[in-house]
Amino acid sequence: MTDRPVIDWRWIGSHLDDLWDLTVEHIVLTVIAVGVGFVLSFGLALVILRWRPAYGPITAIAGIMYTIPSLALFALLVPITGLSTLTAEIALVSYTLLILVRTIVIGVDGVPVDAREAADGMGFTSRGRLLRVELPLALPVIVAGLRIATVTTIGLVTVSALIGQGGLGRLINDGLQRGFPTMTITGAVMSVLLAIVADVLFVLTLRRLTPWQHVRRSDP
Amino acid sequence: MIEGILTDLAAVMTWFGDPVNWTGRDGIPNRLTEHIVMCLLSMVGALVVAVPIGLYIGHTGRFATVTVNIVNIGRAVPSYALMAVLYPLSIAFVVMGPGADIAFLATFLAMVLLAIPPIVTNTWAGIRGVDDDLREAARGMGMRGHEVLRGLEIPLALPVLLVGVRIATVQVIATATLGAVFGGGGLGRYIVQGFARQDDARLWAGAIMVAALAILAEVGFGWWIRRVDRHAIVTRR
Repeated sequence: MTDRPVIDWRWIGSHLDDLWDLTVEHIVLTVIAVGVGFVLSFGLALVILRWRPAYGPITAIAGIMYTIPSLALFALLVPITGLSTLTAEIALVSYTLLILVRTIVIGVDGVPVDAREAADGMGFTSRGRLLRVELPLALPVIVAGLRIATVTTIGLVTVSALIGQGGLGRLINDGLQRGFPTMTITGAVMSVLLAIVADVLFVLTLRRLTPWQHVRRSDP
Repeated sequence: MIEGILTDLAAVMTWFGDPVNWTGRDGIPNRLTEHIVMCLLSMVGALVVAVPIGLYIGHTGRFATVTVNIVNIGRAVPSYALMAVLYPLSIAFVVMGPGADIAFLATFLAMVLLAIPPIVTNTWAGIRGVDDDLREAARGMGMRGHEVLRGLEIPLALPVLLVGVRIATVQVIATATLGAVFGGGGLGRYIVQGFARQDDARLWAGAIMVAALAILAEVGFGWWIRRVDRHAIVTRR
């Protein structure tokens, strides 16, 4: 054992640029995955809302994908798409589908019948009702789903370092390979912080998007 | 494309049929047992910590918001990063203390922490979901606090609690594979070895076994929850 400290602060101080670049890479990988995942899930959820028998099969397939270990999915895709960002994104997107499809459908299902009937009574078409009544009312549930998907994805991005991607996960891996704990711990701590920041941002955004849920009651 | 998939499938079948893969340290019986033992131990560890916390905040209503918020932050902690941090710490622990398996310890701790949040929140939510009228009726019948908890709240909260345990179990089964990156055992070994040796059959076999185990847990818990739920409905009448 050397008497080198566990955390080498000087290394961190002299690599701030790298840390910033890796954080940006981590964020970009996450945003693309959740963005693409949301678009796909939204499409699938629309199909389910129109034609309910699709719910079982779609969630079953998404559920099976969810049980495949991330490590294996990354590794299995490498022969097909190489050590590329595409490989990482395919795996990351597939992990968002189950959570997002489920929450969109559950959110819309949870819209009160009264609101739906009122919309029909006001002469909304079924598309108008979906866009202007059901989706806004389902927003808290949908945002909750996005929140879980984003936080999960930030964690999974670190694993994609094993196939040469990974943002802050690269630090974790390089540190492990070189036996340099400072890198590993910095990468791990920063990815945890990133996830927590994302989590808090979602809570604050939801508060802004749904002001009617946070009206202060002044009357007793 | 389809031909390629069929060749892969054949290779995986051959892999499963090869007697070499059924014996020794790297054999399926050993790796499967390691994986299941790791998952069981971590789930027991998580249940011991999480259920009492959930019951306490659900029953008393004290510290509920704070606890649920802390636990939700815990959900944001990536397991891989956690293992990476726990790994050097485990080395320190093992060097100081009894000679144990470092990767095992790091994976175990990370899995316990992964499983705690869903169990705490669901235990709490289950207890909170019990009808207040029933609670008052139980009190009116002269039941004490712990009797209300044992006789009314826990039985009625059980389905929701078990949903939390199911989520945690499935996540732990799939995530415990990451322990192999740090030199741990379990089914993750096949994935790490398959990737390193570019042996796709081995990789596929590992992934299929982990997924099958997770699906088995999902289905098994589903069956159990339906049973318990029916019972809870009967008692509710």
